[in-house]
Amino acid sequence: MTVADIDAGPVAVASGAGQTIFRRNLARFAANRLAMASVAVVFLFVLLAIFAPWIAPHDPNETDLFRRLQPPAWQAGGEWSYLLGCDALGRDILSRIIYGSRISIFIGAAVIFVATTVGIAAGLAAGYFRGWVDVTISRLVDILLSFPYLIFAIGLMAMMGPGLVNIILALAYKEWVIPCRVVRGETLATRELEYVEAARALGASSAHIMAREILPNILSPVIVVSTIRIAHVIILEASLSFLGLGVQPPTASWGSMVADGRAFILGAWWVSTFPGLAILLLVLAINVASQGLRDAFDPRFQE
Amino acid sequence: MTSLTNPLVQVENLSKVYEGRRSLANRLTGVEPFSVRAVNDVSFHVDRGEILGLIGESGCGKSTLGRAVLRLHEPTAGRVLFDGTDVTALSAGALKDMRRRMQIVFQDPYASLNPRSTVADIVGLPLRLHGLAASRSEMRDQVVGILEKVGLNAAHLDRYPHQFSGGQRQRIGIARALISHPEFIVCDEPVSALDVSIQAQIIQLLLELKDEMGLTYLFISHDISVIGYLSNRVAVMYLGEIVEMGPASDVLARPRHPYTQSLMSAVPDVDAPGHHQRVRLTGDLPSPLDPPPGCKFHTRCPLATDACKHAAPVPEEVSPGHRVACHRLHENLSVLETASRAEGC
Repeated sequence: MTVADIDAGPVAVASGAGQTIFRRNLARFAANRLAMASVAVVFLFVLLAIFAPWIAPHDPNETDLFRRLQPPAWQAGGEWSYLLGCDALGRDILSRIIYGSRISIFIGAAVIFVATTVGIAAGLAAGYFRGWVDVTISRLVDILLSFPYLIFAIGLMAMMGPGLVNIILALAYKEWVIPCRVVRGETLATRELEYVEAARALGASSAHIMAREILPNILSPVIVVSTIRIAHVIILEASLSFLGLGVQPPTASWGSMVADGRAFILGAWWVSTFPGLAILLLVLAINVASQGLRDAFDPRFQE
Repeated sequence: MTSLTNPLVQVENLSKVYEGRRSLANRLTGVEPFSVRAVNDVSFHVDRGEILGLIGESGCGKSTLGRAVLRLHEPTAGRVLFDGTDVTALSAGALKDMRRRMQIVFQDPYASLNPRSTVADIVGLPLRLHGLAASRSEMRDQVVGILEKVGLNAAHLDRYPHQFSGGQRQRIGIARALISHPEFIVCDEPVSALDVSIQAQIIQLLLELKDEMGLTYLFISHDISVIGYLSNRVAVMYLGEIVEMGPASDVLARPRHPYTQSLMSAVPDVDAPGHHQRVRLTGDLPSPLDPPPGCKFHTRCPLATDACKHAAPVPEEVSPGHRVACHRLHENLSVLETASRAEGC
């Protein structure tokens, strides 16, 4: 090479060698203490859900009419082996909350997984191909968005009947429009960039361009939006269960536990309150964690 | 140089029109959607092993022309013959194979590399797409080979674009364009985003690679000194049309179109400061949404007459291979002779 190699040596740009933007953002996220504490809470709930049979002190469905509406341990009449008291059928509330976390977390994760997969595919197609593909998908999104979410889900549940798979489908039917809109917008912006054009100039197929050139570059906002939406889906699932359209008894679900305790709220506050607190804690933790994710991954929040 | 009579790239009456969507509201109110003639009936050829410099102001359609030639933007009308094959008529599959033989180097070295891919993936992509490497190790060897040709090395393979400087990134872009051993490269302002010191290096690199790999360039730029330095022939573009084209020495030393003359006079003359006779253009480039009738240059031309406002000039050959589209070509000659006489003393 006769060319003067003034600029040919490797330059260390701010970040260290081998560090990607993604890793830098991840490090930024890890430095956020509140977000990390929230991640720990979420992680704790996930562990509870996975190891429920070993952690739960009692069988969640075992009724004992002698312990009907037994108060929490620290109140008069309480017992330390039934820490959070018992419900109207004498079932241990703590055990039911632990088992209930399985339903909430599983449905939240499953709905977001299905919805994000469908949303990414639809959003990429709409944003990349444009034309009638975009018109069809975008109008469908507009139509779905015009329904109130809960009413839509209730309608679907009424049609399909209750059950775990049906809840996931009922929620995912509408949930996919959220990642779809994000992906479509990002794709529209990214497809005009020169590296996408370069891939086309090299002879790359549409599938390659969408999957390898565009998708990796728009994933950050999708991840952020999806984590925020998990919290939303958990609340929706609890709402459906509260209304009796969710997981059917005797399976423990936080929403149905809150509903069960409603009749005794004045006399036995613990039956509704503890599952309610569980919903609050998990949703709050997910929200704070996803907020931290957004702060770390969205360039607009970076100095 | 087997066939001087058979150019590598032959562009015939190429046009590219961007049309606005005809919305329902427009249809109801009878408003015509906008249409932009970015490239209007352009014809030229590029011989094997030559560099054709394409010069013009921002927005004159030179980048669109470069992309339309490669069919990155679908031409609205006209043909592009590459080595005798009509590129505009190729099926998707045949076009993909053709893409191996014609490549593009982009202007912005920051936008033209996928930030989430390593250098090995970026430069190796053409090999993967066209099945040019039998194995991973062979692919890596080829990538290292081309990286060394452009002044990088194997240590850069697993780095990401953001870890390189602008000049280095442009080298990566050049490596990507050259790894499939193409014959024709569209250089779309490859140095205008770089520092002046780096520009010279990249231009030198492009010239060396051209000789080494037997390349043919369509070199797009708005910088006359760059074009003058490396082009064999020059085409001057104004509002989507080529107004003057010919051998570089001829066009740049004796420009015959008033637009080329004004461009040339804008280049500072280091040898004879003060003697410089500046042909100043007034006004801006007219909007391509609403191009002026007749000769498109008449709104800014110092020589324009009424005739220029009505009829578009037909290109005329003033010397071998040197064609100019101007109504006032013959009147302009005298102006030029006096100018060159002044230059002589």
